[in-house]
Amino acid sequence: MKKTAYSFPEEVLEHVFSFIVSDKDRSSISLVCKSWYEIERWCRRKVFVGNCYAVSPPILIKRFPELRSVTLKGKPHFADFNLVPEGWGGFACPWIRAMAGAYPWLEEIRLKRMVVSDESLEIIAKSFKNFKVLVLSSCEGFTTEGLAAIAANCRNLRELDLRESEVEDLSGRWLSDFPDSYTSLESLNISCLGNEVNLLALERLVSRCPNLKTLRLNRAVPLDRLPNLLRGAPQLAELGTGAYTSEMRPDVFSNLAEAFAGCKQLKALSGFWDVLPSYLPAVYPVCSQLTSLNLSYATVQSPDLIKLVSLCEKLQKLWVLDYIEDDGLEILAASCKDLRELRVFPSDPFGLEPNVALTEQGLVSVSEGCPKLQSVLYFCRQMSNAALNTIARNRPNMTRFRLCIIEPRSPDYLTLQPLDDGFGAIVEHCKDLRRLSLSGLLTDRVFEYIGTYGKKLEMLSVAFAGDSDLGLHHVLSGCDNLRKLEIRDCPFGDKALLANAAKLETMRSLWMSSCSVSFGACKVLGQKMPRLNVEVMDESGPPDSRPESSPVEKLYVYRTVAGPRLDMPGFVWTMDDDSALRIS
Amino acid sequence: MENCSYEKVVGLNLEATELRLGLPGSADEHDEKHSSSCSYSSSSSSSNGVVRTNKRSSPEESIHEDEEEPKSSKKAMISHDSSNPDDDQDKNVPPSKAQVVVGWPPIRSYRKNNGIQQQQEKKKKKNGEEVIDGVGNGMYVKVSMAGAPYLRKIDLKVYNSYQQLLMALQNMFKCTFGEYSEREGYNGSEFSPTYEDKDGDWMLVGDVPWNMFISSCKRLRIVKGSEAKGLGCL
Repeated sequence: MKKTAYSFPEEVLEHVFSFIVSDKDRSSISLVCKSWYEIERWCRRKVFVGNCYAVSPPILIKRFPELRSVTLKGKPHFADFNLVPEGWGGFACPWIRAMAGAYPWLEEIRLKRMVVSDESLEIIAKSFKNFKVLVLSSCEGFTTEGLAAIAANCRNLRELDLRESEVEDLSGRWLSDFPDSYTSLESLNISCLGNEVNLLALERLVSRCPNLKTLRLNRAVPLDRLPNLLRGAPQLAELGTGAYTSEMRPDVFSNLAEAFAGCKQLKALSGFWDVLPSYLPAVYPVCSQLTSLNLSYATVQSPDLIKLVSLCEKLQKLWVLDYIEDDGLEILAASCKDLRELRVFPSDPFGLEPNVALTEQGLVSVSEGCPKLQSVLYFCRQMSNAALNTIARNRPNMTRFRLCIIEPRSPDYLTLQPLDDGFGAIVEHCKDLRRLSLSGLLTDRVFEYIGTYGKKLEMLSVAFAGDSDLGLHHVLSGCDNLRKLEIRDCPFGDKALLANAAKLETMRSLWMSSCSVSFGACKVLGQKMPRLNVEVMDESGPPDSRPESSPVEKLYVYRTVAGPRLDMPGFVWTMDDDSALRIS
Repeated sequence: MENCSYEKVVGLNLEATELRLGLPGSADEHDEKHSSSCSYSSSSSSSNGVVRTNKRSSPEESIHEDEEEPKSSKKAMISHDSSNPDDDQDKNVPPSKAQVVVGWPPIRSYRKNNGIQQQQEKKKKKNGEEVIDGVGNGMYVKVSMAGAPYLRKIDLKVYNSYQQLLMALQNMFKCTFGEYSEREGYNGSEFSPTYEDKDGDWMLVGDVPWNMFISSCKRLRIVKGSEAKGLGCL
């Protein structure tokens, strides 16, 4: 390698690079020149793959031979809402097998929306001697047997987090497979498990791990066992309770309150299934130190919620059911001036009539009272342009705004007009907006606003909106930083898609379901753009058994350097450039 | 934009992907009743244009109409609709609920039954009545069918009896099961419903009491009639 008088020795560059952690910056470094590319790839320790089909295991391993941490995401986001049929893909196994061979010193694996088998977990357990972190977020396909393998073999495990995964819970015995000598646990999240774990084993595990900071229990852990667990880990920073109910007995209550009071470092609380309101005061001693509170399973009424929330003056993150109502949100706005993130979930999403007094006013109050509010997820039944306007002007620092008006195509309830102007105000005033989810009655105009003002927008979710291709065209041609676009039930079709084909290579992925994109257009797109995988999903049979002008059920387009994937199920077809349908 | 014409023009068969859990026969009835089939008409004359069907909601609701919180306007919904002919089959006719479209509102399945359902279960427990607890907050099991390329998922908690479950399955997979008898299973039909129980054994649906079935069923499989012959107590 030619060295000029101006270049640093490799070791120095490596040392400098080790301070650069962001993926974007690492990517920029690698583009400076060939030698920097080489040095960078050898010292890269951490990689994030946002779409597991955008690249293949051999390609990853070839470029980055010394990784210690890998994060992979599989299924499209709409899989969370049952829009992606079973068997679609996102299989972790090929990755894990490949990494087992290539990275014996791998320490961290984080997977999201992937299918993970017990076999994969066993491979992890046996292949990586220094394995430390396993996060399975919204994954499925494994059982507690796989967890047993991890528990039994990973001597240096620090973190086991199964958040929101679907685990086949065969028995709670697996927890006992952590050997008695194992003491390095720092974070455990088993909140998604259905059955009881061995409580005695859990208590012993918790009390012998002095660095345990995060413990999220599942619903099956009864409340009367919680004090013992807390006493075994007074250093806990994050706790997820189990079921928060028990026969009301004063000794259980005082035991619990005392145990909570002993947790001086507790910053985050979650869990709260089946809450008995009279037990809520047991957490009052820690409220003033809480920064995060997840009450989204707590089916208690507004007064109880208000009492609790008004004590949490340091609160930064609140997830709650709409039982909090407008009144509760007003109190929240007055009490929690440090609030940054609010999520309000619907208690009765399928009911036809509102069951709680939660309207747009609640959100307006919070936007007025909480100057640091930047992330919102809000389910409600009515909205107005005026309210959205107010929210936008109050909170120009908003970065994530997801609004779900439960009834599709609901207009402004005051004027009966579309909500174009309201959302337009959001994108216009919130100049750093990165994520936006739309709902309500919307025409092409809202997309014109988004294309004009949404320059920092990275992810957009659209449902039951728009009038024509123009809407889609505005977004694809205007949003310079768009990475993920997901659309369902909108009258968007071929014209906008084909006119903006090149844009798709600058994005991670595009999802369109129940729209008006024809099979013919998908074929054209697949032929024109070899670096895109254009996947058509149709559960009613091969798309070429219908006219070319027929709309496809679901379309998923993503950029890739790995070519068409080979693990597609029978209802997925890839449109590739030899213009023949390939059915795997 | 008028949704009806959009659907017709595009020829989308949204119904094929709709998650509809109607009572026996109610699906056809409602197609006729609400022939506009415009689930989401945003006409100003109604506060919501969502089609009502007899989607089975929480079965416990009908028991507790007196105990509803005063704030909740659900009281208005919870009334026995005796004009509905389907009532004859079930005493606990559920209140009408919104016709459900797959994936809307966009909430994860484990959150879906959080509010109202939990309340009902709590009250039931308090009254000493048996509450069937599933994994998480719904009891979603996979359903496969011999020859079909993809699986479906259904929430068992939503049904109160074998009859309702079988009708739903027959609707979903466009098949018929025939007459069940303890001796001969599902006689005279092309398909039979089977399930895998907690022990990993494949059983014929209907052999054990409903409650026992609910707590032991891990997944369902619709098999060809001939395959079902060797199952369970046959």
